[in-house]
Amino acid sequence: MADLSVDFCGIKSPNPFWLASAPPTNTARQVLRAFEAGWGGAVWKTIGEPIINVSSRYGAIDLNGVKMMGLNNIELISDRPLASNLRDIAEVKRHFPDRALIVSLMVESRREAWHDIVRRTEDTGADGLELNFGCPHGMSERGMGSAVGQVPEYTCQIVEWVKEVARTPVIVKLTPNVSDICYPARAARRGGADGLSLINTINSLMGVDLDLMSPRPVVHGASAHGGYCGPAVKPIALHMVAQVCGDPEVSLPVSGIGGISNWRDAAEFIALGASTVQVCTAVMHYGFRIVEDMIDGLSQFLDDKGLRSVAELRGRALPAVKRWEELDLNYRVIARVDRSKCIGCGLCYVACEDGAHQAIAARRDERGRTEVTILEDKCVGCNLCSLVCPIEGCITMQRVDDFGDEVLDWRRYSASPASYPHVRSNRHD
Amino acid sequence: MSDLPSPLRLPPLEAEKKPPLSLDEALAEAHRCLSCFDAPCTNACPTHIDVPRFIKRIATGNIAGAARTILSANVLGASCARVCPTEVLCEGACVLGDHHRPIAIGLLQRFATDYAMARGIPPLRAGPRRPGSVGIIGAGPAGLACAAELVQAGYEAVVYEAAEWPGGLNTYGVAQYKMTPRVSLQEVEWLARCGLDIRCGVRVGVDVSLAELEARHDAIFVGVGMGAVPPLGLPGEDLPNVVDALDFIADLKLGRPPLIDRPLRGARIAVIGGGNTSIDVTTQAARAGAATVWLLYRRDQDTMPAYAHELHLSIEHGTRLLCHTVPVRIVGQDRVTGLEIEQVRPEGEGRTAPLVPVPGSRRLLEVEAVVRATGQGGVDLLRQLPGVAHRGGVVQVDEWGRTTNPRYWAGGDCISGGKEVVNAVAEGKRAAQGIIRDILARKTS
Ligand SMILES: Cc1cc2nc3c(=O)[nH]c(=O)nc-3n(C[C@H](O)[C@H](O)[C@H](O)COP(=O)(O)OP(=O)(O)OC[C@H]3O[C@@H](n4cnc5c(N)ncnc54)[C@H](O)[C@@H]3O)c2cc1C
Ligand SMILES: Cc1cc2nc3c(=O)[nH]c(=O)nc-3n(C[C@H](O)[C@H](O)[C@H](O)COP(=O)(O)O)c2cc1C
Ligand code: SF4
Repeated sequence: MADLSVDFCGIKSPNPFWLASAPPTNTARQVLRAFEAGWGGAVWKTIGEPIINVSSRYGAIDLNGVKMMGLNNIELISDRPLASNLRDIAEVKRHFPDRALIVSLMVESRREAWHDIVRRTEDTGADGLELNFGCPHGMSERGMGSAVGQVPEYTCQIVEWVKEVARTPVIVKLTPNVSDICYPARAARRGGADGLSLINTINSLMGVDLDLMSPRPVVHGASAHGGYCGPAVKPIALHMVAQVCGDPEVSLPVSGIGGISNWRDAAEFIALGASTVQVCTAVMHYGFRIVEDMIDGLSQFLDDKGLRSVAELRGRALPAVKRWEELDLNYRVIARVDRSKCIGCGLCYVACEDGAHQAIAARRDERGRTEVTILEDKCVGCNLCSLVCPIEGCITMQRVDDFGDEVLDWRRYSASPASYPHVRSNRHD
Repeated sequence: MSDLPSPLRLPPLEAEKKPPLSLDEALAEAHRCLSCFDAPCTNACPTHIDVPRFIKRIATGNIAGAARTILSANVLGASCARVCPTEVLCEGACVLGDHHRPIAIGLLQRFATDYAMARGIPPLRAGPRRPGSVGIIGAGPAGLACAAELVQAGYEAVVYEAAEWPGGLNTYGVAQYKMTPRVSLQEVEWLARCGLDIRCGVRVGVDVSLAELEARHDAIFVGVGMGAVPPLGLPGEDLPNVVDALDFIADLKLGRPPLIDRPLRGARIAVIGGGNTSIDVTTQAARAGAATVWLLYRRDQDTMPAYAHELHLSIEHGTRLLCHTVPVRIVGQDRVTGLEIEQVRPEGEGRTAPLVPVPGSRRLLEVEAVVRATGQGGVDLLRQLPGVAHRGGVVQVDEWGRTTNPRYWAGGDCISGGKEVVNAVAEGKRAAQGIIRDILARKTS
């Protein structure tokens, strides 16, 4: 059995699965139950000056019957009194000394305010602090949350203030609502951060209620932009995690967040360099119990791959994240259809014909189904047909060049295109 | 395990009726599951398999993990996936059943457990060895589940089985369109490889005495099932081709001719009884090519103990159902040529209302065989068990499966009078837990 335990800038956790700072980490009752279910750590719901929330607060996007592919919220930080939160945090830590308990903080941008909350929080015995510079709605209008995270100078400044008094590791939670995540990440590092977590939610309008002519979630006939999360945001989060983990100027441990619902999602974040992962929406959908499957699935996967620990998985896919110009122009694949598996739905045909490169021929067979043939000289190897195919393993992309390991990147090619007549755009018309 | 016969020696048999799910089908079906909280399917399963959990694991490609979830609750998860009446258990409880179509839990369970079985992923892990040993009588589902639970806890479990092959009615009884003996035996072999000691061809009370068992083991688990179907007491019953339903089915399953002097194909047979066993006989006989299959039941169709879905399947196979009908006499010279039957009507309401003959309703069915499926009668061994109370072949137990003799525990059909494989598994497991708590754990302390 692989070792799932992790060390995140000195914070120890029996597994890499943490709850993100959000409603599931509102109270001691919840976090105690979560730890009983097996979660390795939790980031407490952001505390600060208690706020007032609106009702309603959440909106969701469903996809073909699957509920909550994406979730958005216009909730603010914790609405509980600071003292209650601090008492609860101390209680949880007492019951579960072996789990990672981190407290998310957000106060106004004054040095004394930050010093005060850091001291009071650390008195609970919590293992670390997470600075919420990410919340994209409400708090940002008051100069907090993403209003800080979007300006690298502010980020650096507040981290410095926190580090003046903090005794436990300081993690900075980044907002994705920036043009390049590496700038705030580097600023956090300059300020002295010990680790990073990303992403917080993405600016969004969830949809429009066409009867009320109001955006959702509706608050008395109106709404405001809110933070988007859930399975739909995973690719955006993965990209940002890879950017930060691959940036030598950052070089801090990263806790990956965004759309993680199962062990596979988690393994992908870890393979791109994350040390731990955090989960919010999937728990809001299915409850704390999902962690058992995440633990079982990840250890089965590590065993299957002969990896002895999470650390051995970390960053394995990172070297393969490249710039476009470094990619190999010699490499060429085309689609191949396994006739024995094809069910004759014709989806690949129409996708390629109307939406891609007109490289699939179709005819109706005796049973009235569509029989497809890949026109190999026209196929550019874009993947579209294999992406729309509903049958596992029916359309596969087969390598057809014979260049082996010889890589021809764009820089080499563009220096003298005429020397590489085999590289073609695939469209001659 | 070396003394276990190879399932591969079995003759080729009819395939299982429901084909297994392909990977695509399994994934699509798994994604339909809502992952209900405190799921009704889990509660409906006598062994409480965490159904949403194993389905979620299939959906995320962790098939081995899915099998672990199933097998940790029910070591016979592979056979239960085939033989359980899921319509009235997990799938019957599925919340999607009301407005939609229930999740195909049985087929998904089979997908996961077959995956593990085919790859030799161990169905259980033997615990660190502890002092203590239990003798188990009967290698049916109850005995096997009891043994598996004990081995997992680190105790010795020796299973004594009278029959040539292990598995009990899983091997010899359940309809082969649900599960072939080959699958049943493969499953037992898979379990045995994890440390179950199964000794076939050993009839307790004959080949080894109860006194010997008592000397060898700290406790004894009785999982002997319900034995044979007793004679009806009809004139002509000793003619050839009057057979016990269990023998009939076992012969069919093992490729032996069930009728002594003629092939079943083309034969006309009458089956007596209204339970699931009689229904299985009719369906199996029809599938094996019998020309006409009569099913006699003394009350009305709604009172039949058999499951409606199984009866429906039988009727689809052409079974001719005769309700309010009883056998009077088996006719024939040197073998069966007919069965005289008579109409009856109940006096009053309910399942126990007395039945009176309808005058002048006797008639003769021309048949070449009569199968009695009027309920198994219990095994003889029960009479030898010291201080163990039993009645009508059914052993009296408390809620843990302890008999009136504290060293003897029991489970499966021999405490229920005949339920399902999954109940036998649950009862075998529960008794093992009771034995560990009351006898084995105290031994070490
Ligand atoms: C025809 C038929 C069809 C069925 N179909 C289904 C179905 O589709 N689905 C379902 O869930 N259930 C079905 N059942 C019920 C199911 O088979 C039983 O509930 C289950 O097998 C009971 O398990 P058990 O271990 O208690 O007994 P059994 O399976 O009867 O096993 C008892 C074992 O004890 C052995 N034994 C008896 N006496 C001795 C002795 N003195 N020494 C050593 N060994 C001994 C026997 O040889 C036998 O192997 C069916 C039953 C029958 C009869
Ligand atoms: C209702 C709701 C409230 C949230 N509140 C906070 C918060 O107080 N502090 C914070 O740092 N992030 C907050 N988040 C963001 C989550 O911690 C997390 O970064 C985001 O949801 C992405 O993860 P997910 O896709 O697993 O949900 C909240 C998210 C939701 C849905
Ligand atoms: S989940 Fe439903 S019941 Fe619970 S607080 Fe929200 S709106 Fe109310």
